[in-house]
Amino acid sequence: MSVEVAKGFYGAYGGRYVPETLVPALDELEQGWNDIKDDPGFRLELEQLQATYVGRPTPLYRAERLGDDRTIYLKREDLCHTGAHKINNAVGQALVARRLGKKRIVAETGAGQHGVASATVCARFGLECVVYMGSEDMERQKPNVERMHLLGAEVRAVEFGTRTLKEATSEAIRDWITNVETTHYMIGSCVGPHPYPELVRELQSVIGREAREQMLAAERRLPDAVVACVGGGSNAIGLFAGFLEDAEVRLVGVEAAGAASLGSGRAGVLHGARSSLLADEDGQIADAHSISAGLDYPGVGPEHAFLRDTGRAEYRAAADDEALAAFHLLAEREGIIPALEPAHALARALDLDAELILVGLSGRGDKDLATVLGR
Amino acid sequence: MKKLSIYLMAGPDTPELAAAAVAGGADLLEIGFPFSDPLADGPVIRLAGERALAQGMCTRACLECLAETRARVEVPLIPMTYASILEAYGYERFQTDAQKAGATTLIVADLPIEAAPDLRRVQLVAPTTPSERIRFAAERTEGWLYLVSLTGTTGARREVSEQLAGLVERARGVTDVPLLAGFGISTPEHAAGAAALADGIVVGSRAVEVAHDEGPEALREYVASLRQALDRDAGPPAGPRPLGYGRAYDRAH
Repeated sequence: MSVEVAKGFYGAYGGRYVPETLVPALDELEQGWNDIKDDPGFRLELEQLQATYVGRPTPLYRAERLGDDRTIYLKREDLCHTGAHKINNAVGQALVARRLGKKRIVAETGAGQHGVASATVCARFGLECVVYMGSEDMERQKPNVERMHLLGAEVRAVEFGTRTLKEATSEAIRDWITNVETTHYMIGSCVGPHPYPELVRELQSVIGREAREQMLAAERRLPDAVVACVGGGSNAIGLFAGFLEDAEVRLVGVEAAGAASLGSGRAGVLHGARSSLLADEDGQIADAHSISAGLDYPGVGPEHAFLRDTGRAEYRAAADDEALAAFHLLAEREGIIPALEPAHALARALDLDAELILVGLSGRGDKDLATVLGR
Repeated sequence: MKKLSIYLMAGPDTPELAAAAVAGGADLLEIGFPFSDPLADGPVIRLAGERALAQGMCTRACLECLAETRARVEVPLIPMTYASILEAYGYERFQTDAQKAGATTLIVADLPIEAAPDLRRVQLVAPTTPSERIRFAAERTEGWLYLVSLTGTTGARREVSEQLAGLVERARGVTDVPLLAGFGISTPEHAAGAAALADGIVVGSRAVEVAHDEGPEALREYVASLRQALDRDAGPPAGPRPLGYGRAYDRAH
């Protein structure tokens, strides 16, 4: 029995598994995105905002005291405005929302980085902003909740289920179903129904484009391996996008050990897409567990599931303790406090069998101080 | 006569509750197979799903519940669930096993109309659905079309959605399949109001609440109050065709 819908699939993954109410909105978004993405006016405005507001290009930094016998470069997305790569996507989606005439934004957030990015661009573009966040995440990422409030966003606590990103995403989608005519859903990762995975990947691919050029300028060659953390997978897909065609470059995604949707998941449907998920044999979604709120998600973007199956990318896991050790190491050796999410990528990069390694440093760690110091 | 469909979450008490709903005047029963992340559902059905999962209502247990319910009632039984359940169980296998257990057809809340064309099911359309797409849904649907009467999730509302009238009018313009309206319908007044437009109604969250809080006798009385409102106030069906329940059921009866 065939279950594929025609468009928006990466192999067997992706698609649009949503209540019918949303289908026309997804069509509208797809149409709006297709109209805008190659429009020189949009490109120019996006590039100007990236340069003057986001702070792009972000530096490529050689972490000399980190590598021992390896050469490790960090792509410094932590130096973006708001402190993480999430702003790349949020700025682009704000332009799309404006084109669609939507005045209200809903978003979900786990670590709070996408919530802050959404609140930021909503302030910048004069849009109403409602962010759904699990109450457990609000507890462990308090500074980001306060930042969202300062930026004028309403943060709605999600008090049921896992009280983390999974439930926050469900509630954001339910809000969108209810207010679909006035509201744009500013999804934060390369997950969700078509066209979101493609849209978010395109907006994040600036990371990989820049990094490839910078690497060639610095080393006159491509890296042996490109390593990035994977929760939903948007910084990884953005970084990988620059190197997908370079068959000699290994692409390594690093999941949290307790949220390894690619490493130990199975095919299923969550939040509008078919992908690899943490789920039981009945298709009930399982709880993820990670010290890092941004990786604490039982699903992953469909393109990652496809890259895993085709073998183009490999996916590994890092445990909480390994991420913490890498967090401290980067702070002490390089004077950079990373977010706990990319600390997972760093942990695996340090034992990778490769000489020249590029690591996506997707965000800064200020938000995680309470978690780290509380251990 | 206007049709009355009652939604119940699968659980140990479901066969008895189903019998009570039918005694109260339900014409069809939808049996919820719980899913951990039900995007189309508001708090009442989401919580009922959480309870059901905590009681061990996995897919196999739901199918057994369906068979036990079938042993108690004659009316069409329609499992209502989400794509993730079918992905895990297998679409074809699910359809076969559900039919064996007494299902008439299916509803899958997050499976788009164009997906899984061989999976026979009742299609849903919403106020946002363009008329051409309603026509497409009507071609693909089995027996009747489920009108999602509002842009939103399941759950009781103060009044019947103002969006329903327009949706019914557009659907009548492109199809003559029977139309049942659901989402946000909970009182006898709502029932009469919605059924004056459509060929019948679906009541979910309030029925689940009454069943859970007060038990079968209260459910029977509640369903009877809806039935009475439909028979008294809603008049004859506006649709040109009698309600088909699904080929499997129609063949058997």
